[in-house]
Amino acid sequence: MTRVRRWLPGLLLVSPSIILIAVFVYGLLGWNFKLAMTDKHDEIAEIPGNFVGLENFTGIWSEERWGLSVRHAIVFTLVFVGGALVLGWFLAFLMEKGIRAESGFRAVYLFPMAVSFIATGVVWRWLMNSATGEQAVGLNRLFHYVGLDFLQWQWFRDPGWGMAAMAIPAIWQMSGYIMALFLAGFRGVPEELREAARVDGCSEWGVYRHVVLPMLRPVTLSALIILGHISLKVFDLVVAVSGKQIITDVPATFMWTAVYDSHDPAKGATIASYIVLSVAVFVVPYLIWDARKGKRS
Amino acid sequence: MTAHVAEKAPRTAPAAPARDKGRAGKWVRLVLLLLFVLVFLIPVYVLLVTSFKPLTEADPTQAWNLPKVWTTEAWSVAWEKLEPGIVNSFLLAVPGSLISAALGALNGYVLSKWRFPGADVLFTLFLFGMFIPYQGVMIPLVQLMVNVGDTLGVQLYGGIPGLVLAHVVYGIPICTLIFRNYYVTIPDELIEASRVDGAGMLRTLWSIVLPVSGPAFAVVIIWQFTSMWNDFLFAVFLTGPSSWPTTVMLNNIAGAVTTPYSQQMAAAILASIPTMIIYVLLGRFFMRGLMAGALKG
Repeated sequence: MTRVRRWLPGLLLVSPSIILIAVFVYGLLGWNFKLAMTDKHDEIAEIPGNFVGLENFTGIWSEERWGLSVRHAIVFTLVFVGGALVLGWFLAFLMEKGIRAESGFRAVYLFPMAVSFIATGVVWRWLMNSATGEQAVGLNRLFHYVGLDFLQWQWFRDPGWGMAAMAIPAIWQMSGYIMALFLAGFRGVPEELREAARVDGCSEWGVYRHVVLPMLRPVTLSALIILGHISLKVFDLVVAVSGKQIITDVPATFMWTAVYDSHDPAKGATIASYIVLSVAVFVVPYLIWDARKGKRS
Repeated sequence: MTAHVAEKAPRTAPAAPARDKGRAGKWVRLVLLLLFVLVFLIPVYVLLVTSFKPLTEADPTQAWNLPKVWTTEAWSVAWEKLEPGIVNSFLLAVPGSLISAALGALNGYVLSKWRFPGADVLFTLFLFGMFIPYQGVMIPLVQLMVNVGDTLGVQLYGGIPGLVLAHVVYGIPICTLIFRNYYVTIPDELIEASRVDGAGMLRTLWSIVLPVSGPAFAVVIIWQFTSMWNDFLFAVFLTGPSSWPTTVMLNNIAGAVTTPYSQQMAAAILASIPTMIIYVLLGRFFMRGLMAGALKG
């Protein structure tokens, strides 16, 4: 009884948050999945919709637009995650041994994190304007100035690799953050460990390869999780740069049009479910792993 | 999670080892870093330069030039169009971040110092709420707000209170995480001593824990303010024209083909000023929020 009296007040104090999370996170996720399994394709009707199982989940693959948006999300994810990871790592690598005015460099690389994708999208849409030749503005014009006209292309309007261009602003926005993560990781490697490896006859490169890089694995994993889940739900950036154009459609913008233009709740919920599942498959194992690790330490 | 890394990172770089290949390497790194600074600042240059151009200089051939005549014309038009959104954003982000901090402090305190059975599992369940793509709850959330609003006779959907509610609820995980990680560093003996003296849970919170919580409050308030200010997804699903925050208004201004570039860019800068000021003045706390688990998009 006394033990209960010891922890009950704490539970009571947290209970409002527990209820809110239970309802708004888990309850609404469940509601969304349930809605995705109905034929409620019309939001005006008062009827709740009939249960149709996984029909929506399979049916959507026959839609050309869905296939396109999935393809776009994959291209975007590969370029964005790879680009931000490499650039972030490289910046940290350049800075890790200490450099003059380090805090100044960090402030510059990190400032895009404080600004919204909507605001930066405005300038990136201008930079990645698809006009070429006489009418070229933005980066295409810059290429013309420096005599690299052959580099001019359609950017995000390119039918094949437009989404690779869309990843550029995202890399610009996020790589400073990844740099900060890696920098902390680099600095977490004890100097004695490096020194020991050197004493054992390791070259500077060998020290990196065998001592530093293995110790960066946890940071790399965190960075991958962060970038991956941002990438799969990307929305603001795409809307800001190109609006609702099919040429840059991703699942999140497709869902938006399904809800507000096609007025089809079941379809919107189906797309939303796919977005959640694509993130959950790697975040859930990560969180469980993280919780176990926390217990051990 | 990443907070552990951050805490370990020393503020200054370890002294470069004597056998470091020396000055040449250092200069190469410095030059590379400076080049990246230039690349990172290209969008800033474009934003500033374009926003001060008169309409007569909108010609593509002058795209990268400094304005011949500097004018604040575009700024005043942009301000006029954006002002209601900026007011709404403050009405959203100020109360929202304060409520978030209060909830986060309570949860973090209990989950670190006044634990109950299952607290760890609960915390992991909370953390999942940080990673879910909010698309997965959006359609039911709109429905829930409409229903609850109708039942209680208040307007939740479409207004700012509803948007505050959404941000506060989905901010609980990150705020709890930051406070919990901060409170873990307070020695348990301090809490125990207070208990022995007969102080209850709330009394201990008030007189022992809160007085030293300043930094955690700063981190959480800054973090939540920034994410609420920069959010687009919740705003576009949950608000109507009279309560649109800055991001939605900016997107409408910039998305209209009739808006000249100068006004778009001025509006984008205006929309970013509050969070940029925070970043410049309180970057330290902003960074800590990022490292603590900006594991949220």
